[in-house]
Amino acid sequence: MTNIVEVRGLTKTFDGGFQALKSVDLDIKSGEIIALLGPNGAGKTTLISTICGITRATSGTITIGGHDTVTAYRAARSLVGLVPQEISLEPFEKVISTVRFSRGLFGRAPNDAYIEKVLKSLSLWDKKDAKIMMLSGGMKRRVLIAKALAHEPRVLFLDEPSAGVDVELRKDMWKVVSQLKKDGVTIILTTHYIEEAEAIADRVGVIAKGEILLVENKADLMTRMGQKTLKIDLAEPVKAIPEALSKYDLTIEDDGLLFAYDTATDRTGIAGLLADLRTAGLKLTDLQTRQSSLEEIFVSLVSETDVAVEKEDVV
Amino acid sequence: MNYQAIKSIYTFEMARFFRTMMQSFISPVISTALYFVVFGAAIGNRMESVEGIGFGAFIVPGLIMLAVMTQATSNASLGIYFPKFIGTIYELLSAPVSFLEITVGYVGAAATKAMFIGVVILATSFLFVDLSIQHPFAMIAFLTLTCLSFSLLGFIIGIWAGSFEQLQLFPSLIITPLVFLGGSFYSVTMLPPVWQTITMFNPVVYLISGFRWSFFGTADVPIGLSLIAILLFTALCVGIIAWIFKTGWRIRQ
Repeated sequence: MTNIVEVRGLTKTFDGGFQALKSVDLDIKSGEIIALLGPNGAGKTTLISTICGITRATSGTITIGGHDTVTAYRAARSLVGLVPQEISLEPFEKVISTVRFSRGLFGRAPNDAYIEKVLKSLSLWDKKDAKIMMLSGGMKRRVLIAKALAHEPRVLFLDEPSAGVDVELRKDMWKVVSQLKKDGVTIILTTHYIEEAEAIADRVGVIAKGEILLVENKADLMTRMGQKTLKIDLAEPVKAIPEALSKYDLTIEDDGLLFAYDTATDRTGIAGLLADLRTAGLKLTDLQTRQSSLEEIFVSLVSETDVAVEKEDVV
Repeated sequence: MNYQAIKSIYTFEMARFFRTMMQSFISPVISTALYFVVFGAAIGNRMESVEGIGFGAFIVPGLIMLAVMTQATSNASLGIYFPKFIGTIYELLSAPVSFLEITVGYVGAAATKAMFIGVVILATSFLFVDLSIQHPFAMIAFLTLTCLSFSLLGFIIGIWAGSFEQLQLFPSLIITPLVFLGGSFYSVTMLPPVWQTITMFNPVVYLISGFRWSFFGTADVPIGLSLIAILLFTALCVGIIAWIFKTGWRIRQ
């Protein structure tokens, strides 16, 4: 798969001296959905804004579809649609006229059939002549997406699409996103709802303090970093772990046993454990497995950097 | 060149203008009518003619200039300040457009609006006074250039302004006094000599004088000088705008 966006050594220092991005490298593959996760102030929005041309890079290069965003900004930006985090819309305009405006601004000839298709896919068609100020917050966010899609972009940036959005709209948006992916649009979204990344992303990037900590396939990340646990409920509670089972990584929880294992290895040890339980004379009533979520992985990653940074500060 | 973008910005801005047609036209027409009633009919009848022209007719070019300059400035400044204020500027900044397309779109729309208003006031004045235009083409050229240059100035103000107060400040604090003191309602030659000299530093004098010449064939300053003044002013504004977009001043961090 080719890279549609390539970011190399990108730094951004704001006038006040705040360094929002510290030498970011990022490749975005054509046709994928990548979620950028990070706490507030991590640099997610700055990264997106710089790629889209709203802020200037202090150093580094960005190409979109092979076009440099500074020297060939017209070709680069024509490929990109941006849905900003803040709801920024002209309150007195009609939905359809603001969407038409966006299309023209990106140099595309009018195409009402396409605009109709976009508005329908976002359930906005019956609101097309409504003034934006009359719409609900969720509807306004749909209008922002329609504007970003108006010029048929190849790459769509969604900056915190789920901020302040109800569950229903979020699910709707995920549907739109997966349809876009089918149409071949590359999607980059920032979020701090980890369930969103878990639900729709192919790859996950984690940003903290202006640095990309990792970019990895979601499934790989969850296998590598994720821990699985097996909970064993027993007929008769145990007070201590029997001698015969001491070689397993067991803890006692709720009068039952908790077994942590690594899914990445070939042998999990579950079969052996179950056999040894029987030998030890323990009767089991139930088994449950549980996998750690992306959220837990994320929290542990970000807190590790916090510790690392604090150590640096001390030195 | 992204012509679609220019067209989009221009039509979008003009749509806003036509949507607020009533405010856009009614208020300048009413205020002009009031000027005619007060200066033309009430006071004008008791005044001698200025340079052989009845006072009512004499103030027409100045009135048009006053309206056109303030309207061009406020339309253009609001046009670009509003997207900044509500945040929709993100779209302009992320679009494949250069400063040229943005400026042509916004300034073109603001200048067109100002031109409309100028023409409406001119039409209104025919209802009140006897008026003939000696150099109609020069009149149109001066009107167009004035609309354009003051829209450029307004555009700069709109980018500079950090609040609605600042947006209002410039027109009311600088443009209105300059226009009033620029010979809108009198001939500069009517002033005492010292004030005549001071007045010559007011750039608006040259514009009003040139515009009045196109109506009556008489002027306070040579017509060539008026033309040079307005071209210089336009060039200065274009230069500042080019610099703003090159550096991203107040727009792009």
